[in-house]
Amino acid sequence: MPLYRDDAIVLRTQKLGEADRIVTFLTRERGKVRAVGRGVRRTSSRFGARLEPFMAVDVQFHTGRTLDTVTQVETVGAYARRVCEDYELYTAGTAMLEAADRLVDQEHEPAVQQYWLLAGGLRALAERHHAAGLVLDSYLLRALAVAGWALSPIDCARCGEPGPHHAFNVAAGGAVCPRCRPPGSPSPAPETFTLLAALLSGDWSTADTASTRHRNEASGLVAAYSQYYLERTLRSLRMVERS
Amino acid sequence: MSGAVAAGRAAAWWPGPWTRPVPREPSSMSDSPRRLCGVYEGAVQDLIDELGRLPGVGPKSAQRIAFHLLAADDHEVKRLVDALVEVKRRVRFCELCGNVAEAELCRICADPRRSDEVICVVEEPKDVVAIERTREFRGRYHVLGGAINPIDNVGPDDLRIKELMSRLADGTVQEVIIATDPNVEGEATATYLSRLIGSLEITVSRLASGLPVGGDLEYADEVTLGRAFEGRRIVGN
Repeated sequence: MPLYRDDAIVLRTQKLGEADRIVTFLTRERGKVRAVGRGVRRTSSRFGARLEPFMAVDVQFHTGRTLDTVTQVETVGAYARRVCEDYELYTAGTAMLEAADRLVDQEHEPAVQQYWLLAGGLRALAERHHAAGLVLDSYLLRALAVAGWALSPIDCARCGEPGPHHAFNVAAGGAVCPRCRPPGSPSPAPETFTLLAALLSGDWSTADTASTRHRNEASGLVAAYSQYYLERTLRSLRMVERS
Repeated sequence: MSGAVAAGRAAAWWPGPWTRPVPREPSSMSDSPRRLCGVYEGAVQDLIDELGRLPGVGPKSAQRIAFHLLAADDHEVKRLVDALVEVKRRVRFCELCGNVAEAELCRICADPRRSDEVICVVEEPKDVVAIERTREFRGRYHVLGGAINPIDNVGPDDLRIKELMSRLADGTVQEVIIATDPNVEGEATATYLSRLIGSLEITVSRLASGLPVGGDLEYADEVTLGRAFEGRRIVGN
């Protein structure tokens, strides 16, 4: 099949040669796709502006031997501009894109849930429905859950004993009961556990009313949890700004 | 494909650990991603490998350049070698703006006819050349050395932002023109800088984005056209 078309979100771009770019997409039907955008760095490019990170696009590819080539692009959601106008949104959004890039490791393997999750996350971020830090943390928890590493914020992650519990252990997978609690497990505030549960389930009325202290505590736990299960450092996370 | 996955596949493909070939001794060029696999010998292969490391030069181009140099006169090759050695020996970065220079200060920073009241902030030295070609700008420059790109691990601390802020501290500069690239990283860097400089009572402006001269409106993408609309100006009276 020389040509195919898909909805996609641009995850990242890398310069190639004089005026080209290698663009990494998260597509709806084919998962991650890396393709060459010919001449997109030239000011005269017809679709260079659409192949920027954060853009949701309808894109047509031509199958190549090693990399596919982008032949046509239409904008579906122009989130890049709004995200870049606020540095806090930009750093949070970049961490979301990097996490998606890591979570969908194999190219051309469908990852429909990851696609819709990222599309929704970027839209919420760009339209400022909620605080950027909350959107990022919610995205990370849900993306990890889709990938098979669901956090257990209430019940014990080891034995399943109904919570709430008072200790949290990243390696165990979330809250742990007194019997399962490994030594050195931190004891976050009960409100932080409630916030984590709200972020995981999308209970925004609870999440939006959380205090700064509990948001910061939850962010630290989410960052540690994400990096542990992704087995790599998310470089963008250390630059995330939180108001 | 990640390294771990590649290693896993390789391990599954080989029948057993004892039948794997012994890895070759790494040569000086073993880290080159575009190495032509030892087609030529000795010096010719080394030259092809070295040329292949240059940006935008693939293995075929490297081979073509190498054979062009082999066929060239000795004095032509010597001129190229001298130019390469000389550029490394003489050229450095301007201590004030970060542009390429052959002395402590670059040609623009050393020019007394330039206005000290306006600084144009760019990502790379080649952007200075692009703006100089316009002959529209008579102020000074500041080269950041890149743009904020968290995925590539480039943060504000990795750029020459502290140096810019120290240049702005004495109150001489009245306007900062941010001329970073009109892409996501460039826009985010401009946002960061405008927020930082905004507290100093200095005018911060951004280069306009819009339609390229000589193009047809119908071919403009909606992002560029939208910006052109936003940045429209009143003509006549």
